[in-house]
Amino acid sequence: MTTLPTPGAVRLGLVIDLDICVGCHACAVNCKEWNTGGNAGPLSDYQPYEAQPDGVWFNRVHSYEVGDGPAGQTVHFPRSCLHCDNAECVTVCPTGASLKRAEDGIVLINEDVCIGCKLCSWACPYGAREFDEDVGVMRKCTLCVDRIYDEARPEAERVPACVSTCPASARHFGDLGDPASDVSRMVADREGMALMPELGYRPTNRYLPPRAKGSGCSAHAKSPALEPVMPEGTGFLGWLDRLLSA
Amino acid sequence: MTAETEPTEEARTVTTTCYMCACRCGIRVHLQGGQIRYIDGNPDHPVNKGVLCAKGSAGVMQHLSPARLTAPLKRVGPRGSGEFVTISWDEALETVTERLRHIRATDPRRLALYTGRDQSQALTGWWASQFGTPNYAAHGGFCSVNMAAAGLYTFGGSFWEFGEPDWEHSNYFLLFGVAEDHGSNPLKIGLSRLKARGAKIVSINPIRTGYSAIADEWLGIRPGTDGLLVASLIRELLRAQAIDKDALTQTSNAAWLVIDAPGAADDGLIARDEAGHPLTLDAAGKVGRAFDPDRTPVLGGTATLADGRRAVPSFQLMAARFLDDRYDPETVSAETGIEAATIRRIAAELAAAAFSSQLELPIPWTDWRGVRHETMIGRPVSMHAMRGVSAHSNGFHTCRLIHLLQMLLGTIDAPGGFRYKPPYPKPAPPMVKPAGKPAGVVPNWPLTGPPLGFPTGPEDLLVEKDGTPCRLDKAYSWEAPLAAHGLMHLVIRNAWAGDPYPIDTLFMFMANMSWNSSMALGETMRMLTDKDDATGEHRIPFIVYSDAYASEMVAYADLVLPDTTYLERHDCISLLDRPISDADGAADSIRRPVVPVERDVRPFQDVLIEIGARIGLPGLVREDGSPRYPGLYPDYIVNHERAPGQGLLAGWRGRDAECEALGPPNPNQLEAYMANGCFWRTEIPSEARYFKHVNQAYLDWATGMGFIARPEPVIHQLYTESLQRFRLAASGHGPIQPPDAHRQRIETYFDPLPFWYPPFEAAALGSLEFPLHALTQRPMAMYHSWGSQNAWLRQIHGENRLYVSRARAEAQGIADDDWVRLTSHHGTITAQVRLMEGVNPDTVWTWNAIGKRSGAWNLAPDAAEATRGFLMNHLISDLLPPKAGGYRYANADPVTGQAAWYDLKVRMEKVAAPDAMLPALGLPPGLAQRPGKLGYGGWFAKKKVPA
Repeated sequence: MTTLPTPGAVRLGLVIDLDICVGCHACAVNCKEWNTGGNAGPLSDYQPYEAQPDGVWFNRVHSYEVGDGPAGQTVHFPRSCLHCDNAECVTVCPTGASLKRAEDGIVLINEDVCIGCKLCSWACPYGAREFDEDVGVMRKCTLCVDRIYDEARPEAERVPACVSTCPASARHFGDLGDPASDVSRMVADREGMALMPELGYRPTNRYLPPRAKGSGCSAHAKSPALEPVMPEGTGFLGWLDRLLSA
Repeated sequence: MTAETEPTEEARTVTTTCYMCACRCGIRVHLQGGQIRYIDGNPDHPVNKGVLCAKGSAGVMQHLSPARLTAPLKRVGPRGSGEFVTISWDEALETVTERLRHIRATDPRRLALYTGRDQSQALTGWWASQFGTPNYAAHGGFCSVNMAAAGLYTFGGSFWEFGEPDWEHSNYFLLFGVAEDHGSNPLKIGLSRLKARGAKIVSINPIRTGYSAIADEWLGIRPGTDGLLVASLIRELLRAQAIDKDALTQTSNAAWLVIDAPGAADDGLIARDEAGHPLTLDAAGKVGRAFDPDRTPVLGGTATLADGRRAVPSFQLMAARFLDDRYDPETVSAETGIEAATIRRIAAELAAAAFSSQLELPIPWTDWRGVRHETMIGRPVSMHAMRGVSAHSNGFHTCRLIHLLQMLLGTIDAPGGFRYKPPYPKPAPPMVKPAGKPAGVVPNWPLTGPPLGFPTGPEDLLVEKDGTPCRLDKAYSWEAPLAAHGLMHLVIRNAWAGDPYPIDTLFMFMANMSWNSSMALGETMRMLTDKDDATGEHRIPFIVYSDAYASEMVAYADLVLPDTTYLERHDCISLLDRPISDADGAADSIRRPVVPVERDVRPFQDVLIEIGARIGLPGLVREDGSPRYPGLYPDYIVNHERAPGQGLLAGWRGRDAECEALGPPNPNQLEAYMANGCFWRTEIPSEARYFKHVNQAYLDWATGMGFIARPEPVIHQLYTESLQRFRLAASGHGPIQPPDAHRQRIETYFDPLPFWYPPFEAAALGSLEFPLHALTQRPMAMYHSWGSQNAWLRQIHGENRLYVSRARAEAQGIADDDWVRLTSHHGTITAQVRLMEGVNPDTVWTWNAIGKRSGAWNLAPDAAEATRGFLMNHLISDLLPPKAGGYRYANADPVTGQAAWYDLKVRMEKVAAPDAMLPALGLPPGLAQRPGKLGYGGWFAKKKVPA
């Protein structure tokens, strides 16, 4: 089995804002596009033009409804590897192919030693790993490790593809080990949540919950009611007189 | 797939413009060894600022689709069978040229050129005009012409390409019925900015997905009643006199006097002095010229004109209408499904957001009358609407109602409100009139102007003396007088019926008219294949179609001209067509070939120019008969001048790129674009960025740029006098008279003030037999039919379900995954159900254009798109139920002719199994084998060990 490293100070991860995610799948497709030609690729597609197309994705978006009728909410939920501190997908790996890096906390797969036993995908409660049937190895989000350290890129673009492409700016990348980082502050301000913390995997990524919705949700809810300017018994002409004299 | 060879090391990045939908984002295509490694958003691009949606990110799969056509095709089997042989381009071009040359020499109307989701209308419309046929349009008539026409006639702009919310300052945002793929990246970027600032977003939409899901408040309105809701909001604002009187008085025709002389030929027209200036009434009871700086006009009262007749300010007519109890929130609540208290609250929130705002930009400006303003006062309420409002038979007036609400709040081009994008505002309406009157359609002669324009009275209609339509699609006839985008959805039926006359050749581009872009789908397929019993010939004699892919429409063509993919071609996103400007700057852009074409296909625009030159169209040949643009479309983009100095692209004009907007052609213009990310953008001067319709600095700048002819203000048309001119004709005035059968309809719907009426289909059928509304919307990750061939996108939306409110389904004993039959007055389909909560309880809906005809798009015949996917199009009639006397109007808006897709009413019953599919289409020859697996890009990786 594979051991986890002594946790380092740097914990790179994603913060995903469910208040603004419109469920457009941009992150999922751009991730696939970047990574299929990258070091962690290809991301195989099987029977792509047949009855049941399927393929490997590092990132998928699910849409849920919470609550009944008009009072409920629709929530779009992008799902990818959470780069857990206590990553059981690593500890179950018989070959050391599944690994967590000490220097930045990213969970990766060394496909040269992956034997395709799938123990790691069984261990992951988040469904974040996908087996590439064609290549015979496990695949997962690398946090675009081949982008974020690429000094040939402009600094602003040294972020994962999903973050770079998100049209709604719902995805943020940074060091969640640093309480002063933008992402950590965002989590503090918006009460960012870990997914299923009770399982004890200590995920790095955080989700910002949707804000309250409905009639009383914003500062505008306190707008004073409109008072009709309809002088008693004068009808339309009275109304018009008021308008002209105002 | 492209061969999986080891690429060379050479890596380079090429910019161009996306075409995975109509949004026209800037992209960077990263190439390695000549193959596409990655496509991302161009961070410098004004449209998308570096972001890219799911469609754009899947561009490589579109480019490599096995549905790509590979050579020109000639039909050999029956029409609709898909049996073709490949032919040479020479044969294809000569076939078309010979046919079109004969048509042009005999009766140019017998060519109908309809170009679907064309982004080159500056070329295609001009080409039709040079050919001399009035029978030209793109897809606007079945998309959003209600929105465009209502906006242009009301305030010289509209939403989307014409304007945008002031994302930086808006505090309150009303979003009506937006298809999720329209303006998709700019809208998402904007919504995110609003959220970041804590602005309130209210979505008015029967369905809670996408943008509606993230709105602060979702109003699940009954389809087709948005106008009623808006009218009720207007009523509440008027009752409280919470309106921007100054803006109305100074920038609209609210104070203009309307002649009150029932029965007279000028009743309801604007009272004018001898020089034609509109008149207003002032507080002293005097009548004088509007906008005279020495007078203060009033919005109410009765004026006596010089001839002794009465006139009242248009505002007063408007106010009387909306103060009526018809629009009381209590009254409209049941029809809209929105509680009265909610309507009152939203009205109060709008008023507070607009009028209690402290937003004031410290930017001095001078209005068109020379009055200097030290600051720009904000009205930070913005709105956006799209097809959900537009695609109803009451869409034109509903759009007008939304614009009236904007006007009353003073938000149009105020800080925080809706902002025009140059070249808008234009005069309301723009001054171009449609060409194609009988006398102007002459063999071997061009039209006298463009085929599409903006009528302002019956004299601008394209009708024969007896009222018969001049155009095949009946645009600009009494059935659709303001059909500013033409009516592509009526072309096939009318061509088949020979109504108003038969044609010879139907030439279409990028429009899937035998599938998801037509109403009455079964009938449409029959009409495309139908033959005349007497002659044995097809009733639509010849169909030429250009598409890059084996779409459903290909099977119905006699000749197929295969187009390239968007990464293999030049294109031009012109200010003369649908520009990519933003509220702070004017912009245009190009596409350029990123990868070489390796099939025997050609860009449609090249082909059109070549055919034109072969026919000898005047604009396309020199005096000696040689082609004027031997370099085809790129040559045309650079060298064609619409007016002296004005061409398709505004950037880097002049021999040395010294001119902007206007200037002689620059032979190196495309190179200049390519060096600048394939776009050009210039900023509006800072004092000219708001109140553009009345801001002298803007009007001067726009005139200098050639956007408007003269620096004259664009006065908002609260009262649309043009409509009244049609109405007067309907009541017997003037030399151009509607046929009697149409009089009542014109009289009712050409109301110069907006109003709400129930959508026609529901009104005709009642709600008992067909109790449910049925809608479609487009998902953000798919664009029309073009997406389903995409290996990645079809994994996201590979089949569609019928979404039904849980309460409604349970009441009918219907559970998730059950099959149901939907029946309309026109047809029936089966669909598989998915229950949901966030949908208006009287509405069912599905994703648009996911359903595919088996065999099309080189998908397996048993693809889920064909076996489980379905189209509502089978249920939607292109005609309304017959009137007394049997006449059937188009299922369309009576003002613009816009297709009323969303008026559909259905009933739903549980069934045991789905209906049988239509027979599979044959596959055109030359298509690639469908690969059994993809591992795209695996060959790019240099190092496989990341750790």
